Amino acid sequence: MNWIRQIGRTTLDRVSATGRAGLMLFGALIAPPSFKNIPLTIKQIYVVGVQSLAIIIVSGLFIGMVMALQGYTILTDYGAEGSLGPMVALSLLRELGPVVTALLFAGRAGSALTAEIGLMKATEQLSSLEMMAVDPLRRVVAPRFWAGMLSMPMLALIFSAVGILGGHLVGVDWLGVDSGSYWSIMQATVDWDKDVINGVIKSLVFALVVTWIAIFKGYDSIPTSEGISQATTQTVVLSSLAVLGLDFVLTALMFGIE
Amino acid sequence: MDYLVNVDNMTFSRGERVIYDGVSLRVPKGKITAVMGPSGIGKTTLLKLIGGQLEPDSGDITFDGDSIVSMSRRELYQTRRKMSMLFQSGALFTDMSVFDNVAFPLREHTKLSEPVIATIVSLKLQAVGLRGAAQLMPSELSGGMARRAALARAIALDPDLIMYDEPFAGQDPISMGVLVKLIRELNDALNLTSIVVTHDVTEVLTIADYIYILADKRIIGEGTAEQIQHSESELVQQFLRGEADGPVPFHYPAPSLQKSLLGEEV
Amino acid sequence: MNRYKTELMVGVFVVMTIAALLLLALKVANQTVVTEGDTYTLYAKFDNIGGLKVRSPVKVGGVVIGRVSSIKLDSDDYSPVVELTIQSEYNAFPETSSASILTSGLLGEQYIGFEPGFTIDGVENLANGDYIEDTSSALVLEELIGQFLFSRGSEE
Repeated sequence: MNWIRQIGRTTLDRVSATGRAGLMLFGALIAPPSFKNIPLTIKQIYVVGVQSLAIIIVSGLFIGMVMALQGYTILTDYGAEGSLGPMVALSLLRELGPVVTALLFAGRAGSALTAEIGLMKATEQLSSLEMMAVDPLRRVVAPRFWAGMLSMPMLALIFSAVGILGGHLVGVDWLGVDSGSYWSIMQATVDWDKDVINGVIKSLVFALVVTWIAIFKGYDSIPTSEGISQATTQTVVLSSLAVLGLDFVLTALMFGIE
Repeated sequence: MDYLVNVDNMTFSRGERVIYDGVSLRVPKGKITAVMGPSGIGKTTLLKLIGGQLEPDSGDITFDGDSIVSMSRRELYQTRRKMSMLFQSGALFTDMSVFDNVAFPLREHTKLSEPVIATIVSLKLQAVGLRGAAQLMPSELSGGMARRAALARAIALDPDLIMYDEPFAGQDPISMGVLVKLIRELNDALNLTSIVVTHDVTEVLTIADYIYILADKRIIGEGTAEQIQHSESELVQQFLRGEADGPVPFHYPAPSLQKSLLGEEV
Repeated sequence: MNRYKTELMVGVFVVMTIAALLLLALKVANQTVVTEGDTYTLYAKFDNIGGLKVRSPVKVGGVVIGRVSSIKLDSDDYSPVVELTIQSEYNAFPETSSASILTSGLLGEQYIGFEPGFTIDGVENLANGDYIEDTSSALVLEELIGQFLFSRGSEE
């Protein structure tokens, strides 16, 4: 009997956590827009966006280079090195750009967000804001949320662009694929709406999920050092799984059914 | 006498654990009221209840005649501008300098110009003796200095009520003395009402005008420092003298040692 | 963190994003020029369209002049009808023009090769909504092999 009760309790916990997460976001976003929040959001874009740039650019470059190398060895068997450009570009724009960016973002910025908000809770900064008649949802949560929503698609675009350049570096400059055909066949194949815009939409969805999880886990953490370290781990695990699962759903919706 | 805060027959529980059961206390205007009690009985919770961050299960809490419990969110935020709280850790914003921390409530709630804010901040920091530390970051301050900086921030908006959560915990004798002096002086100079929650008996007896002692979910003793010291309650006396055993038992409730060791049925 | 530096770096971030967008817009993706701007529509009936898809290009001598905008079956004779959206600047093709389904490279995508026909008196130009009469279908590998074997068999 005990395990059935366990299932019931876990379910109730999950549902109530989801409810609290929804209320948190609702409380943070349903507010008259405040101009005081713009500098705060810019500062958070610096923290979550700019400080993730280095890892995004390096990863994008290497992933583009590896894809060109792998693709070249396979495509030469069919004499189709010309298709290297579209292969690199399509995989980056449709899949790797949004997904890898979201995973790196969860590891780099998401965990930092959780830890920061968790520590603010543990050191009573959130309580103290509330006692100063400043709503921590609007003051702390909202700017971080918007910063995440803005930064992630920007990072994903930079990731894809750098990856395509990395593919060019290996495919064209090193392996000798014709530069003209790399670009022109890419251009003939890649569609702005279908590939680029869909990639951006994917990345917006991932941004929502990852930032939301990260902020909520921090906001809802048990304010002890153990609680915060647990919340940080949960943020990375949960948002990575959510990103991969959602990616399948989004891909099926966008590209699966003609 | 005029009372600023009035807690009336208030009951509060967390989950299934009852923290307060029918507690009533009154905080006189312009005085320092101390709330004492052993650790872990939720003294901080009391302050959060007064600040409206938690809601009691039953009973009422009023601030200056208005019920905190039945206030709308907007009214509550308005009322909070008249009270402030000094947290145990200080709760300074770690990403701002001391100056910006003290300026924070002013920038949030007033439309004062920067030069005016700078003047006010200097005055408040002067009052706690930290004007020279304005440009330091919170991480560069010692524990006692952080608490004083937080105190400057708490009085930035000239509140009516200031609540101190364990202001003396973990302080060396010198900073303890500084804090005692500050609490007394600020209370008298700014015509504040203060609530000090603590378990440091000696300090409190020197500054508090009125004392409540909380234990076992209720108030077990109250009165001026003198009345408390001469209280007949064993519980109060145990607390004041710091005796290890007494009405508050040394042992956490457990089956008797004999039974446990000899393996008899409990 | 000083505010000047923060804002500067966020500015750099935004500029980099715009650069990435420009690279994607100008060098990587093709905006569907054809569907925007002035176009007119032609139809072509084939026996078999092979792997032709909506959005496949229509080319004259390798130059893209339009795209396939829809493919459906004729309700009378169940043969595929392909709707072509052609840019208006190429609007003077004679009726004798032909369309055939071709493949770019050995494994490449299929497209419609459009061949402008001859002009003599009495031949009008194709106008919006006209059918192209002269069409040749996609080559299907199995049919080719079948024909080859058949012709080998009949030689002996």
